[in-house]
Amino acid sequence: MIELIQDYGLAYLYSDGAGLSGLAMTLWLFVVTMVAGFLLSLPLALARVSRKPWLRWPVEFYTWLFRGTPLYIQLLICYTGLYGLEVVRDHEMLDRFFRNALNCTLLAFVLNTCAYTVEIFAGAIRNIPHGEIEAAQAYGLHGWKLNLFVVLPAALRRSLPSYGNELILMLHATSLAFTATIADILKVARDANAATFLTFQAFGIAALLYMLLSFALVGLLRLAERRWMRFLVPSRG
Amino acid sequence: MTTSAHALSIQADFTAQPSAAANSAAIKLTVDALHKSYGDHQVLKGVSLQARKGDVISLIGASGSGKSTMLRCINFLEQPEAGAITLDGQTIELGQGRGPNPAQLQNLRTRLAMVFQHFNLWSHMTVLENITLAPRRVLGITRHEAEARARAYLDKVGLPARVADQYPAFLSGGQQQRVAIARALAMEPEIILFDEPTSALDPELVGEVLKVIQTLAEEGRTMLMVTHEMGFARQVSSQVLFLHQGRVEEQGSASILDQPQSERLQQFLSNRLK
Repeated sequence: MIELIQDYGLAYLYSDGAGLSGLAMTLWLFVVTMVAGFLLSLPLALARVSRKPWLRWPVEFYTWLFRGTPLYIQLLICYTGLYGLEVVRDHEMLDRFFRNALNCTLLAFVLNTCAYTVEIFAGAIRNIPHGEIEAAQAYGLHGWKLNLFVVLPAALRRSLPSYGNELILMLHATSLAFTATIADILKVARDANAATFLTFQAFGIAALLYMLLSFALVGLLRLAERRWMRFLVPSRG
Repeated sequence: MTTSAHALSIQADFTAQPSAAANSAAIKLTVDALHKSYGDHQVLKGVSLQARKGDVISLIGASGSGKSTMLRCINFLEQPEAGAITLDGQTIELGQGRGPNPAQLQNLRTRLAMVFQHFNLWSHMTVLENITLAPRRVLGITRHEAEARARAYLDKVGLPARVADQYPAFLSGGQQQRVAIARALAMEPEIILFDEPTSALDPELVGEVLKVIQTLAEEGRTMLMVTHEMGFARQVSSQVLFLHQGRVEEQGSASILDQPQSERLQQFLSNRLK
């Protein structure tokens, strides 16, 4: 056990000698995925609830597609499937992008979490009391101002609990990255296991690290809810 | 009838006569032959009104008479199909697919502020944010100035300074409606539209809101008000419009509530006293 930690401790945490690995790699995957997925989901959620069918339908199709298939298959298609196509290999920019395992993994993760996030935010937008939107219009807010100052702040706050859930699910889903040779926590654990046959210890350490991350995430979410959801606490007396 | 008791007590200390001063004042708003229908159902069949500076116009009538629709058509929360709306000499003609262009609509809405039956405060914002949002983001005044304005108007509607940082859900209905009135005032509008401002309130909270509206009337603010508070309408109105099935059945000074001419208004008023 001590040998395992001596040999693989650093790799579990941040570096396997060849580059970022373990906890640091998982965190990096997670943060980039969530930030990109979040930013992308805002305009898409607005499009999803748009009254214009040509805006709404493509987004509906996208979320249906990505919520209708397993993340693992999406990752396989991004990582190996697309590169198998001649069009991709013959195109210089696409070729360069899809040859990199990290790019493929991030693409699959971002598209996946974005699809779920769009539905969470779109649902929250639909649940904003109609009178509040009407009041904003009556006071001269429209277009992007209406969305930026009223619709999105109201919807994001209301969707904090379900979005928090998506964050935790996605954190654990990043452990699929090892299938695309990304040196995340699970990949290090598998290497350690293969070299030492200390299966319980190797995967146990990985589980502990994921638990640590989840624990910190839940704490952050609780702080966020305390700050941004205070307005929902019912009045007393 | 707690509500009319309140109204009567307000009547006792009400002295100003808005109608006398208003007659010679400049015309602020003209609504001309407004038509609106939902499918086959005609809600407004050509309703007109004219508001001079300082006028307080009450729209009364049974539910379904079109009075709220009329008010909502004036700032285009509902799209009227025909007619014309003139605010300070600028006319928006309606009909045959014609409506306000975006600039006209924006201009109109920044100059008419609305107070809703259900307050419609933005629940995720504090009271201060509620009052400063539109002045900052629509009128473009600085945050500092908007907050100073907000605090002044909060004081004016009789709310203590500490409510500024509270969320609407923590306030009583009467307090929320007064915040909504402060939000309207902060736009420094030409005209304030009140859509049944006390209908959603518990009877014991009606008085505090009416008192604020009365103060505004005494200051000579121009206001349009859809209301069920007949006693209150009688005291503050310079004009009363009685709507029936989408038409103005009777209009005149507040005295028409004491001496109704039309049979329908007589009926309406006597029903309300039962």
